[in-house]
Amino acid sequence: MILVLMITLLLTIVLVGSNMDSILKQGVVFQVRSEIANNPSIAKSFSNVNEFESFIQEKIDARVKQLGLDEPWYTPQRIGITMYKIMILDFGNATFLSSDSGSSDVKEIILEKLPRTILLFTTSTIIISILGIFLGAMSGSKINSTIDRMTSSFAIVSSSFPVWWIGMLMIFVFAFTYHIFPARATPSILPSEPGYFFALMHHMALPLITIVMIGFGSWAYLVRNFMVGIMQEDFVTSQKIMGINKKNIIYKHALKNAAPPIITILALSLSGSLGGAIITEAVFDWPGMGRLYFEAITMMDLPVIVGSTYVLTVFFLISIFVADVLYGYFDPRMRVE
Amino acid sequence: MSESATREIKKEILKSKLGMAGIVILATLIVMSVVAIVTIPVDTFKEWNNPSNWISYPKVASPAWINLFLSEKIPEHKILDKPAEYRDKTGDITVVSNQFGVDFEYDDFPNDFIYEFEAQYVGAPLLQISVIRPDEIKLHLMSMQLPNFESATIHGERIFSTDKMIRKNIQLQSTSFNFPLEKLSTEDIVFSQTDSNEPLKGRYVFVVNIYGNDLNVDVLKSKMIIGGKSFGALGTDEFRRDLAIGLLWGTPLALFIGITVSISSVILGLLYGVYAGYKGKSSDEIMMRFNDVIYALPALPFLIILSVTISNSIFLMIGFLMIFGWVGIAKVARSMSLQIKTRGYVEASEIMGQKSSKIILRHILPQLLPYAFASIAISVPAAITTEAGLSFLGLGDPSFPTWGQILHDASVYGATARGIWWWIIPPGMMIAITGLAFVFIGNAFDTIVNPKLKR
Repeated sequence: MILVLMITLLLTIVLVGSNMDSILKQGVVFQVRSEIANNPSIAKSFSNVNEFESFIQEKIDARVKQLGLDEPWYTPQRIGITMYKIMILDFGNATFLSSDSGSSDVKEIILEKLPRTILLFTTSTIIISILGIFLGAMSGSKINSTIDRMTSSFAIVSSSFPVWWIGMLMIFVFAFTYHIFPARATPSILPSEPGYFFALMHHMALPLITIVMIGFGSWAYLVRNFMVGIMQEDFVTSQKIMGINKKNIIYKHALKNAAPPIITILALSLSGSLGGAIITEAVFDWPGMGRLYFEAITMMDLPVIVGSTYVLTVFFLISIFVADVLYGYFDPRMRVE
Repeated sequence: MSESATREIKKEILKSKLGMAGIVILATLIVMSVVAIVTIPVDTFKEWNNPSNWISYPKVASPAWINLFLSEKIPEHKILDKPAEYRDKTGDITVVSNQFGVDFEYDDFPNDFIYEFEAQYVGAPLLQISVIRPDEIKLHLMSMQLPNFESATIHGERIFSTDKMIRKNIQLQSTSFNFPLEKLSTEDIVFSQTDSNEPLKGRYVFVVNIYGNDLNVDVLKSKMIIGGKSFGALGTDEFRRDLAIGLLWGTPLALFIGITVSISSVILGLLYGVYAGYKGKSSDEIMMRFNDVIYALPALPFLIILSVTISNSIFLMIGFLMIFGWVGIAKVARSMSLQIKTRGYVEASEIMGQKSSKIILRHILPQLLPYAFASIAISVPAAITTEAGLSFLGLGDPSFPTWGQILHDASVYGATARGIWWWIIPPGMMIAITGLAFVFIGNAFDTIVNPKLKR
């Protein structure tokens, strides 16, 4: 777990390291020059330009050394320091981006955006899974019925549509052709105002509908396939012979046996949706982690990139871990190993 | 063993309707790609981002066929490049006459008209443009002296309907029209009825005459463009690009990306998984931990970082997609090979002292073939949508017109807000249809891999 996290971090730092270095150095140069510009008496004390320039250069070098930037970014020492800082959630300051409240501290930016992503994607995943489990259980117990055929074909068709494209279409239809939902998902009023919650819900509707529409089909299909397998097991047949109510068999016994894989998929799809959030949020302009990530990438705001990759990875790993634990809990056979 | 397995697979796919549908769609797509590669010169596709290549096309024009559903026909963009050419000689003067006939049956005025030509001549010939309208009125549009050359030279020019001289000439002929012309643009007058300012339907003939005092006038290129609001099968975008060409070219690209990524990552995953499962013990442990690490990396953020920091070339992108593609397959392949390993015939050949590479290739891999085919088919759409998604974010290879790239441009130029549906729907449909074809095929394979689903 921790090892994976470290490797992810290391890879991210390696990938953005050299860029990050040059940006930091430019920052130092800018800082030194502006300090001197603010203090005209320093400039006056020099008689010629060359001397003045070399003085500035000396100052810059001293500052660079002080920050440890004189060594290349790939020395173990510097990578160690960077990784340690990230571990304790000290991501530094963003270069361009800032939070809604105006802070440029990466930690604050992420803390501001994260709840919104969790709100949107957790809600949609929950709706998807409820719909999916229900539909899947229904169609899995009645193979080849109309509902089974419809679910299966809907699942197959919907899984090949990109969510963001459906998003564009939804915006096109519901925001611009019929003005039902707003096109941009960012609420136009401030979080402190009383109507904020409803505004947020109203703005959330379109992305939520889109994600659910695309997602639940494949869920239902998966659950159906598990159910088909389980409905053929001996214990179900014997229960049927014993005359137990069919609904009881499906929802009490069969579904319980399908639970372990379903829960694994639930946990994985929760975290997977966080990654998929990048494109979806960019389309709907939902002010969450995904859009932050996208903005950071387009502006090459490296501290934000590193910070959000870290946070995303942590979430991803946690959900994999939780899925493993839950699997063991629901399926005792796994615990022996 | 493997031969009968292949036959089994074939039979199973032919039996399933979905599988057949998938194969039919795929075949159509392949035919489309071949058509694209054969008929559309590679130059057009390289010039996709070069605005000057698209200058004679209309801007944001809807598909031409929507006129079928409209009561008010909107004018179609017409590029007339095959004029009827006549030569005449009276005394010293040669006349080269190019005539463009156009049937105008629309309920709105065209956007503009442009005459584009290239001629080789000596001296300074006179160029005259006039139009004969359906009501037999002949409007004189323009006469101008072409620049003087001492020796034979090629001269090319574009004359726009907004040209001041054309405006002036038309105002001089205002007696034909019963309404004030001052504020109207040229095309609104030329294509107008005489009583009121409404489009006049019928056949217009544009006559372009070049008068030279020698035989040395040769018109090399002559093109009349009637600028309209609809064009071609799929319309055009903000940059005047013909979307039909973009979509057609996107097909081989998408198939290439999808198939390359899926085949190579499945092969990689299979070999990796089978080897790890077969070897077992510590090498299995190490290989699977490495697999876990890659499995736990969040794929999309990493793909984005990779394409930003390293390169967004399409070939490298395929490589990056592969890095994240093989992991799941390796896991399944390992567990399957663990099962197969314990079977008698594998143990027997082990005892007979066969090399492990031979055992893997001859005895274990063939068993996994149906699964491999299924996962190839299933991972193609994923690769295509991921690439499209990256392109949509603006991180794709800009030199290739992939479907995602087209959608990216559409979203940047606010196609949703402006209602340019022909810029949004067709590329997405193509992505979806391509994905669907492979999902269908994969589904047919799935019934072979999991016989339980058959019932």
